[in-house]
Amino acid sequence: METAIKIAVDQVEPPQSPAPETGGESIKLRTIGLSVRYRERLALRGISLNIPANKVTAIIGPSGCGKSTLLRCFNRMNDLIPDAHVDGKVLFNEMDLYAPEADPTEIRYRIGMVFQRPNPFPKSIYDNVAFGLRINGHKGNIDGLVQRSLQHAALWDEVKDRLKKSALTLSGGQQQRLCIARALAVEPEVILMDEPCSSLDPIATLAIEDLIRSLSSEYTIIIVTHNMQQAARVSDETAFLTTESDGAGYLVEHGNTRQIFTNPMDERTEAYITGRFG
Amino acid sequence: MQAEHRSYASRGYAGELAAERARSLAGRKFRARAFYGLILAATLLVIVALFVLLAAIIVDGGGSLFRDFPSFFTSAPSRYAHMAGIKVALLGTLWMMAFTVLFSFPIGVGAAIYLEEYAPRHWLTRLIQINIANLAGVPSIVYGILGLALFVRGLALERSILSGALTMSLLIMPIIIITTQEALRSVPLSLRQASYALGATRWQTIWHIVLPQAIPGILTGTILSLSRGIGETAPLIMVGALTYIAFTPASPLDPFTALPIQIFNWTARPQEEFHGIAAAAIIVLLVTLLAMNAGAIYLRDRFQKRSEV
Repeated sequence: METAIKIAVDQVEPPQSPAPETGGESIKLRTIGLSVRYRERLALRGISLNIPANKVTAIIGPSGCGKSTLLRCFNRMNDLIPDAHVDGKVLFNEMDLYAPEADPTEIRYRIGMVFQRPNPFPKSIYDNVAFGLRINGHKGNIDGLVQRSLQHAALWDEVKDRLKKSALTLSGGQQQRLCIARALAVEPEVILMDEPCSSLDPIATLAIEDLIRSLSSEYTIIIVTHNMQQAARVSDETAFLTTESDGAGYLVEHGNTRQIFTNPMDERTEAYITGRFG
Repeated sequence: MQAEHRSYASRGYAGELAAERARSLAGRKFRARAFYGLILAATLLVIVALFVLLAAIIVDGGGSLFRDFPSFFTSAPSRYAHMAGIKVALLGTLWMMAFTVLFSFPIGVGAAIYLEEYAPRHWLTRLIQINIANLAGVPSIVYGILGLALFVRGLALERSILSGALTMSLLIMPIIIITTQEALRSVPLSLRQASYALGATRWQTIWHIVLPQAIPGILTGTILSLSRGIGETAPLIMVGALTYIAFTPASPLDPFTALPIQIFNWTARPQEEFHGIAAAAIIVLLVTLLAMNAGAIYLRDRFQKRSEV
């Protein structure tokens, strides 16, 4: 109850307002009462969250509380799961993503995703990055865009002499940067990252974190992470999810990262952050 | 704990336990070796049986195979064994196999793609899957009867290569569908997700990502199913692959004969010489099968290497 009131208070602008707050940040994505269930099992309950543009928002919480499910709602990847049902609203630039006329492939073109384990295609490095451009019918200068994406992903110098080699010859950290380059190539507005560093060694992890920080000036980034230090290092805002006994995840607190980690408003947040559970 | 142990030892229990353990170990080792011996014997039995079979065939047919090389391959069947050859039968088999691939590959792979990627998962799809699995086990003569009714009579294609090829396509299609579905299923979900997350449609994902990954499995399955079909005699007899024709087919609507039929015809003759050339023809059939299987394995390995590099 207390949480619900807090959330209502946090939402300063009314849901359907088209213009961003003057002098403040604009909201790229928002959810209103978002619930997801798989068959009968409720995975997420009534999530209402604002994601600010051109900032890094981290979603943290214990295992199984629905962080990845929430992330997948933003680019309609839950559509690919046969028994998933989504209720509530998800707005992208104030457009309803789940409206009947909304086109998932168009959405995924504008909201990209990087997965937990690097999943490059068994093609050359060049073809991996160019894939998104080619399937979306891009006619222009693919070479230039591939180079630019690889540069953006801090991978160009390492691969510029072997673009035609198979992507599977790269190391884990390089493969993940390749996946980021691949996502960047189609110039999305938002990048969703589902625990992108969890299968990488610490050096590669730091490289990716630096990359995320540098990308946030141009893209809106939402990162799900198990690693609280990472969330503290990398994000501008943090949302904390947890579950109750029925296993359904709900939003406990959301706010500025520094504030959440130094002076959280909710005692459950504090308990999680200080390691008393999760 | 240590103290107890030592007191057991001093009472001679350690000796008992050690002896029991040694006995049990010896027993287990013996059983392990006996088991190994049994399965080795089973394998050797199979190898020896096949070897004896092959040796008998080669002894019987080797001479005829190489007489006035290549006269065995370039002669038509004849009343005289020393002049008879497999030219007509070999060409008939090759023509028929070519047409069989033409029909069964696109339809079989297409059906498999639909069933695996598009069909909604409910009871009707399940029923169709079970049916197809069943059809893979139906005796080939049933396909022969079906082909007779449907293609020879129904479509009035008469006893031609086309009828044979269509019948053979039906015969091998369930195997192609099942192996193709397996190959599609083996493509990891992570690759498909990566494709969708970039804004690809389902068809784009299938065409650019899933199929290239699945091709080795699909090709292997197709070649293996063809190699099953190449040796089928019963359906071809039903569909009218004539047992004695002396001219090579010029068009798909011409009557034809096939290697298995020719072998059958020659072995059924009382004269001894015909058994010799029948054995030679069997060698040709076996070599063809071996080549096809080797080709399938080679293709599969080559594609696997490419995707693993």
